[in-house]
Amino acid sequence: MAETCLILALATLTAYVVLGGADFGGGFWDLTAGGAQRGGPLRGLLERSITPVWEANHVWLPFLLVVLWTAFPRFFGSVTSTLYIPLFGATAGIILRGTAFVLRPHATSLGQARLFGAGFAVSSVLVPFCFGAAIGGIASGRVPVGNAGGDPWSSWLNPTSITVGVLAVITGAYLAAIFLAGDAERAGEPELERATRRRALISGVVAGAVALGALAVVRSDARELYDGLTSGAGLALVIASAILGIATLVLVWTERLTVARFTAAAAVACVIAGWAAAQSPYLLPGELTLDQAAASNATLVALVIAAGAGLALVLPSLFLLYRLVLRGRLDQPYQPLDMRWRS
Amino acid sequence: MALTSVLAAAQSAAPALGPVDQQHLLWARELQAMSFAFHIPLVCFGVGFPAIVLFVEGLSLRTGDPAYRALAKRWSKAMTVLFAIGVVTGTILSFELGLLWPGFTGTFGDVFGVAFGIEGTSFFIEAIFIAIYVYGWERLPPKVHLLSGVPIVVTGITGSLMVISVNGWMNHPVGFDVTPGGRVTNVRPWKALFNPNFWHEFVHMYFAAFMVAGFVVAGIYAVSWLRGDRSRYVRAALAVPLTAAALAAPVQVLVGDWNGRTVANYQPTKLAAFEGLYHSEHGAPIHVGGIYHDNKVKFGIPLPNLLSVLAKHDPNARIQGLEEVPPQDRPPVNTVRYAFQLMVGIGTLLAVLGVVFVLTWWRHGRLPRTPWFYRAVVVAGPAAVVALICGWVTTEVGRQPWIVYDVMRTKQAVTNAGGLPVVFFGMLIVYLGLAAVAVWMTRRLAARPPEAELSDTEGAPWPKPA
Repeated sequence: MAETCLILALATLTAYVVLGGADFGGGFWDLTAGGAQRGGPLRGLLERSITPVWEANHVWLPFLLVVLWTAFPRFFGSVTSTLYIPLFGATAGIILRGTAFVLRPHATSLGQARLFGAGFAVSSVLVPFCFGAAIGGIASGRVPVGNAGGDPWSSWLNPTSITVGVLAVITGAYLAAIFLAGDAERAGEPELERATRRRALISGVVAGAVALGALAVVRSDARELYDGLTSGAGLALVIASAILGIATLVLVWTERLTVARFTAAAAVACVIAGWAAAQSPYLLPGELTLDQAAASNATLVALVIAAGAGLALVLPSLFLLYRLVLRGRLDQPYQPLDMRWRS
Repeated sequence: MALTSVLAAAQSAAPALGPVDQQHLLWARELQAMSFAFHIPLVCFGVGFPAIVLFVEGLSLRTGDPAYRALAKRWSKAMTVLFAIGVVTGTILSFELGLLWPGFTGTFGDVFGVAFGIEGTSFFIEAIFIAIYVYGWERLPPKVHLLSGVPIVVTGITGSLMVISVNGWMNHPVGFDVTPGGRVTNVRPWKALFNPNFWHEFVHMYFAAFMVAGFVVAGIYAVSWLRGDRSRYVRAALAVPLTAAALAAPVQVLVGDWNGRTVANYQPTKLAAFEGLYHSEHGAPIHVGGIYHDNKVKFGIPLPNLLSVLAKHDPNARIQGLEEVPPQDRPPVNTVRYAFQLMVGIGTLLAVLGVVFVLTWWRHGRLPRTPWFYRAVVVAGPAAVVALICGWVTTEVGRQPWIVYDVMRTKQAVTNAGGLPVVFFGMLIVYLGLAAVAVWMTRRLAARPPEAELSDTEGAPWPKPA
């Protein structure tokens, strides 16, 4: 049962990284799109793409939190109390991102839109970095069991954390660029499609380089994690992720964007599964194994029943939403963002 | 009951993450309270508002009146913004359960977690269908569009139901055992979920949600009404939410009575704090106003036997006083007492306002004419929010010093992390910013003429102002 719940948590995390992470990645491209006029077309496309879906994509996060504290309460309490600085940072970023994003369309002037846009874009980089840094702290064994048992600073300001944080930001950006390229194609905007495809290719190469670099960092900073990633199931998943990553680049290059969405998502799933395999059987390396962390069997069964029934309702609903979106049924008309305040 | 609390206290749970040494307990509590105070009014909109919006959309489908359609569309936009802010502030709350109270989630996460699993599912479906509903105007067939709003109403209810179940459980913990060593064992998650506080707390909150959403929205349009706008649009925007709130407010008085009696049964110390009753007595009074000092209420206006009547429906019933538990087991009396009195006072006035409205409508078939009624409605919106927060202060501060009633103290659950005052002020700035933009946003939405909501192809021509 503990394994089932772990798989549930990892699947939820993967969904959040792929879907929610791509929305944050969209914020990265918003941030780097250039001045109001030059960046207007890309920002308009981005807003049109993520407006109907970002809230649903976000809900994977609270869902993940619930699974973790229900199934692995001691793990959850140890992690949140030690890593409270990056996690509070992420929550502040989540508030800022969501609010600024829903308010930007209601701005009365280009200046206001810039202000909301800046809040949206900066927090979109902050949140994945904070979460990545927190994961780096867990994976490198810096979170002991206990109430704030670890160091509040070095648990997330360390080579592994910073590398994973950067990797989280760049992975989100890469996914976003792939999704945006597909949306630009659907909107009939060939120029934007080229621009976003170029971004996808560049960020894909950078993400691959950072991932390779991350292995080197982990080797010197968290040797046990490195050994896990370079042997057995961990190694197999790392290789699978590398192959899927390269395949995605080829698919983007050859403009097969629909398939690329899925291979990119699979590559992310392999990285997350690889991390789990690398530190197996531990949830907190060297401190707490999966079985030690697991709640009582009655709770795990109840959680699986509740989550299973829940997902049986959620997944068809999500499918409906994405189908409506991908068929353009919920699309707002496309307009470069700055044009809205220039008429 | 006294015997079982003694037994339960003897079996206090030890925090699974070890002992706590936290000098900033009060900051953690204030931060949690601030986060709830901001989020709960939004929850009311999540529970009450979608039904009101759907009702207006239904009116527009039945009558073809473009004013109804414009109103439903305008409200659905406000609903998205409020929902988005609710999503993010709600996420903060789920983080804070771990960030501020790791001893609580770390020890009891498996007992109450399943409820949040169902809540997460509700939240998910709500987010999905809000997107379909709000972005589906003009794109989905009218009846399909109306139907796409139904899951929003249902999940708004189930989601809040589950959160309230957890709160009910914290006030009346069941579904687990504590070993002599303080370990939590033999967890029965479904029993914890359907704890004895489940129904009355939920019904109380559900009516509160309609009162808050109804009075706040009606209050906004009562301003336009007072300025002389008698268009069909404003009339509907005022009458529909006001009707919902006016029907809920008098019923809430009865529901409140049910809540009070349950508290008297299960949490007699909390009930004693409502009044500031130190000595156990038969025929206990209620003092209105005043201050609790030196184990009695000073300067209050006594209403003899009223506490016994309310708590037990018997003027001479014995009410247990604060003296029956040791001082360290008593909640902060004045906070609880003022919050309780403010909630009851405002609730009663709102019930009177509701009765006035319903009677006028019933006897004359029209809205009240006196401007004083509309001035009262303008005030009723913020007043309902104050009563809502006071209600939560009453039950949650009244639960202190326990986080899990009679089983775990709040100070055993709090994080050991430092820096809580810094976090508190950081979050205070974030919440003040949020409040500012929420107000700005409402004014911005209201500034545009209602007919701007309709595209050229929609509905009949906009009617001339009456």
